[in-house]
Amino acid sequence: MATRRIELMLCAGTGCVAGGAFRIKEALDSEISRHGLQDEVIVVPTGCNGFCGQGPLLVVEPEKIFYSWLKEEDIPFLVQEHFLKGRPVKKLMFTPTERKEPIPLLGEIPFFKKQMLLVLRNKGIIDPEQISDYLARDGYVAVEKVLTSMSPEQVIGEIITSGLRGRGGAGFPTGVKWKICRSQERTPKYIICNCDEGDPGAYMDRSVFESDPHSVIEGLTIAAYAIGAARGYIYVRSEYPLAIRRIQIAVQQARDYGLLGENILDSGFSFDVEIREGSGAFVCGEETSLIHSIEGLSPEPRQRPPFPVQSGLWGQPTVINNVETLANVPVIISRGADWYSRIGTETSKGTKIFSLVGKINNTGLIEVPMGVTLREIVYEIGGGIPGNRAFKAVQTGGPSGGCIPASLMDVPIDYESLLQAGSMMGSGGMIVMDEDTCMVDVSKFYLQFTNDESCGKCSTCRDGSEALLEVLTRITDGHGREGDIEFMEELGHAIKDASMCGLGTTLPNPVLSTITYFRDEYEAHIKEKRCPAKACKELTSYFIDPEKCQACLICMRECPAESIYGEKNVIHVIDQVKCTKCGSCFDVCPERFAAVVKISGEPVPFVEKGRLIARKRKQAEGVA
Amino acid sequence: MPMSHNHRNSPLAMPKLTIEELRKEREKARKGIYLREGEFRGKIIVHMGTCGIAAGARGIVSTFLEEVEKRAVKDIAVTTSGCAGLCSREPMATVELVDTPPVKYGDLTPEKTRKIFAEHVLGGTIVADYAIGVGSEKGG
Repeated sequence: MATRRIELMLCAGTGCVAGGAFRIKEALDSEISRHGLQDEVIVVPTGCNGFCGQGPLLVVEPEKIFYSWLKEEDIPFLVQEHFLKGRPVKKLMFTPTERKEPIPLLGEIPFFKKQMLLVLRNKGIIDPEQISDYLARDGYVAVEKVLTSMSPEQVIGEIITSGLRGRGGAGFPTGVKWKICRSQERTPKYIICNCDEGDPGAYMDRSVFESDPHSVIEGLTIAAYAIGAARGYIYVRSEYPLAIRRIQIAVQQARDYGLLGENILDSGFSFDVEIREGSGAFVCGEETSLIHSIEGLSPEPRQRPPFPVQSGLWGQPTVINNVETLANVPVIISRGADWYSRIGTETSKGTKIFSLVGKINNTGLIEVPMGVTLREIVYEIGGGIPGNRAFKAVQTGGPSGGCIPASLMDVPIDYESLLQAGSMMGSGGMIVMDEDTCMVDVSKFYLQFTNDESCGKCSTCRDGSEALLEVLTRITDGHGREGDIEFMEELGHAIKDASMCGLGTTLPNPVLSTITYFRDEYEAHIKEKRCPAKACKELTSYFIDPEKCQACLICMRECPAESIYGEKNVIHVIDQVKCTKCGSCFDVCPERFAAVVKISGEPVPFVEKGRLIARKRKQAEGVA
Repeated sequence: MPMSHNHRNSPLAMPKLTIEELRKEREKARKGIYLREGEFRGKIIVHMGTCGIAAGARGIVSTFLEEVEKRAVKDIAVTTSGCAGLCSREPMATVELVDTPPVKYGDLTPEKTRKIFAEHVLGGTIVADYAIGVGSEKGG
């Protein structure tokens, strides 16, 4: 192998692949060989880089120059200029919205600068399909350490000392879970890796599988050794084809190297895993449903206790850990519990991966130490809200979580503070909302989701979600009634009290937390039939301001319902009866006119048809 | 479908990989990714403007890379940049070691390149015979 001088770390996570990363790889390969650079410059496909909003993207090693928004047609120029002649191409670099000059280096982009990578320590640096890349980054050092110098009790002690808590949502101390399972006398025992990530907008676990699958296998092996399991299961939803392929490859490579299988590293310890694909029912993320699904039964939860650590898969003691939890384990073992426990807050140690999406400039996957504030996430890493609009809230924890309002922006984020705010850590989805987001509508969206996904076993969950959804739909349709808020509060608490599994006990959270922080929005919908965010269709009308309309005909041509009247020099008027409120006119009206406005809670002003426009600028200049 | 739970009482299978072998694999693998780990003691910049390429800069890059590989050097990056503005002295290269001013070399040949690599890049002594200048040009 000739020595390379440049490595192109091409993001091949799901987002960038959808954006054409593999086509870009082909283009790169062919241009590189056209210039005869194939021995010096190579393309390395990696897992998710995290800065998904900028994809398809590429990091040039060794300088770590970051290129974003790549298109196939950019590639010939890029290869010739940068990789042959050594002149980095500015126009393909990342430029933050508030700046004119691009930032060439990955390490200087604010999105990356504030992050702390433990779980994602190898993202973008290794080819996830090559075990050698993982080995080169101290891969399987932790397994080596555990199998040669630690007893299972010592491993458990180390994990307890580290303060690691489950990253799937509830935050149960991982070491304690392992300890309880170890103390069970019955064998065999099982370990399960839960990659049934179902929250809308969340893709942390998928990215770990896609960027560093061996770290999960290593964590699983250590967990199996600690609890005394010889067999493990990786449960992953079939909607994640790329993640499944990479974990399959990784498992096979680990077997080929003898890092899974019998007598691992001549230690006498044997362990192997099986991959199970779930069909993507949200309830399967709940551990007893997940167990039923692996057993081939209908995925419905069952009453706990007994907990899975006592009686889980096929009635045997079973530990279920989330992907991110397991990927933390090798780091803790290699670097020590003391080192790890210095990161984070009093009760929540280490880092957390969040998927940062919604109304935010820098969309992507971030890993930050526990205790970071929402302000840091939204304004420093996230680069603020597009169009300088006002930040309203962040939804965390998916359909089980709630909304954290702007007023709590400076609260350090950990398991406890989020619970106290009426939300939860959940698996780490973070959806940013601005002033244009209606909180009632958001609650409705989540209730639609949980109502769909309720398995139907408990009536409180099945019918309770239906009843909540019905009321929310009524409110957003403008038929809210006095007493609706109080009814939802009462019902919400009843659902929490009476449902069996996590899906039911948390599904009222989006409603309850938005009532707590945004009660005025609910009241405006109910009492004034007004949507303050002007987002609820039934409560909002579009209106063309006759003083501003310049009769440019654009909205008329765009209107799919043909509901706009007017002609050249005659101001345009929307026929409110024909208007379907699709918002096209609002979107296409040129910014310098801004004549189309949204109106809610008040009647649409009358404008006589056929009125001539007043061209202000020309009049002022005296040019008729 | 439950897995078979029969535990073998037979002697343990031979391991596929011993600890020593794993460590060897890891060392071997490290060579494959050193470019990405990012701690470099210095870099060699070969000027690859049209003039440089015409004068044989590609061969100079290859020679430096061969040296890097032959001597298993891991803390030196070989990169390229555009024309240095002194086209009559191409092929040219700049050697930048951490905490020392960059040195520009001109009229390079593979032999000169190997000598610069051995004496300056590895040994720390500037090869005065081939050096054109020391330090960066002042910006205007």
